[in-house]
Amino acid sequence: MSKVRVLVGTRKGAFILSSDGKRQKWDVSGPHFPGWEMYHLKGSPADPDRIYASQSSGWFGQQVQRSSDGGQTWEPVGNKFVYEGTPGPHQWYDGKPHPWEFKRVWHLEPAWNDPDTVYAGVEDAAIFRSTDGGQNWQEMPGLRRHESGAKWQPGAGGMCLHTILLDPVNTARMYIAISAAGTFRSDDRGETWKPVNRGLRSLFLPNPEAEVGHCVHHVAMHSSRPDVLFMQKHWSVLRSDNAGELWQDVSGNLPGDHTVYREKDGTSKEFDQKGFGFVIDVHAHEPETVYVVPIKSDSHHFPPEGKLRVYRSRTGGNEWEPLSKGLPQSNCYVNVLRDAMSVDSLDKCGIYFGTTGGQVYASADGGDSWNAIVHDLPAVLSVEAQTIQ
Amino acid sequence: MIRVILPAHLRTLARITESEVKLEVAGAATLRSVLDALEARYPMLEGTLRDHVTRERRAFVRFFACQEDLSNDPPDTPLPEAVASGTEPLLVVGAIAGG
Repeated sequence: MSKVRVLVGTRKGAFILSSDGKRQKWDVSGPHFPGWEMYHLKGSPADPDRIYASQSSGWFGQQVQRSSDGGQTWEPVGNKFVYEGTPGPHQWYDGKPHPWEFKRVWHLEPAWNDPDTVYAGVEDAAIFRSTDGGQNWQEMPGLRRHESGAKWQPGAGGMCLHTILLDPVNTARMYIAISAAGTFRSDDRGETWKPVNRGLRSLFLPNPEAEVGHCVHHVAMHSSRPDVLFMQKHWSVLRSDNAGELWQDVSGNLPGDHTVYREKDGTSKEFDQKGFGFVIDVHAHEPETVYVVPIKSDSHHFPPEGKLRVYRSRTGGNEWEPLSKGLPQSNCYVNVLRDAMSVDSLDKCGIYFGTTGGQVYASADGGDSWNAIVHDLPAVLSVEAQTIQ
Repeated sequence: MIRVILPAHLRTLARITESEVKLEVAGAATLRSVLDALEARYPMLEGTLRDHVTRERRAFVRFFACQEDLSNDPPDTPLPEAVASGTEPLLVVGAIAGG
């Protein structure tokens, strides 16, 4: 019988939640690495018992942990992330040049077909690859050396490379996303990269339609249709049907906020913006069914009206329905961070997300109803579901 | 023989069950030679105390011994005789930060 394993990274350790295919009773294992920030854990599609975990600390820096038995035991592997050559500057918050400095690994993405190959998205933004199970890491410097690199600026959470999508069909193609530079695509296994942000509109930029500078929060793909991408941007939800060449806004009827931007000359511009949030994911069996968790605004970072609602579109965007059964509908002021949603691939697709309040919610019916698997973990940074056959 | 006391997180990371680590250091006992010997025995500690490339002390790591803060001493400064002889331990401390 199939089983589900949910890997949860939190501010103070990692937790592994396990259940059978019914997903009604859950075993909780952890905390693993108590006291450490666990930004992300992810299992290999080629060997689900091979799991990689990003472990970090403001005191002692970055570690990468590896398990070969589904998270029962772990071993530290390589933690040396060194940029190729002498990294030049990017822009700091004040617009001045700031040297590239490694801070932490935000996201680990194991390869589709090889448990020993894994990619790491790091802050300050760069992508690294290991082909020996995480022992040694080499930067793929073509990304950081892109001609726009000197213009990249950090978002509020740091200049993080938080999304890595590997095309399962065209194995030379991969996507990454950086806050706040935007989305980039490589068609040559990561040697060279191009920005793919046409159609994005960000009102905080001097040129709202600039090639780079967009605060992309997360990007999702369905493995059966890798040319179709869904994006949760700082404001708005978008989709691309041509591998990122052009994006269209599909925020539709998502909740939004009235925003006033003050110009330096004293004038102001007012906008109604929709669909602020961090997470986005796609149903395992319905590539046009998409999930987001709208957050009130970039200045509030909690759910509108204190009601935690997942929004589902069955039409690939534009038409969204709120899902609230089993979720708190009053006095709820948590956030759901960018890597904290995932889906399993059982017949009735399971959806999972974690909150900064330490809850991990699960739906075993595609989002129609929800239950909290756990209530009181440290703030959840990431959630990854594994379906174990 | 040099005695080194590590913070709990690093003892856990390196799977050290004893309260302190005992190291033999060839030549003069300095911060550099002691940390080199420590990392040689426990490679997972590389990068946790000093930067991988610059070998500079990480900002929130401190080195204390004999009621003195040695953190900002040049790395080749001889450690106090009491540390070199094993009478006193070298303390590796995670600085107070946060609140």
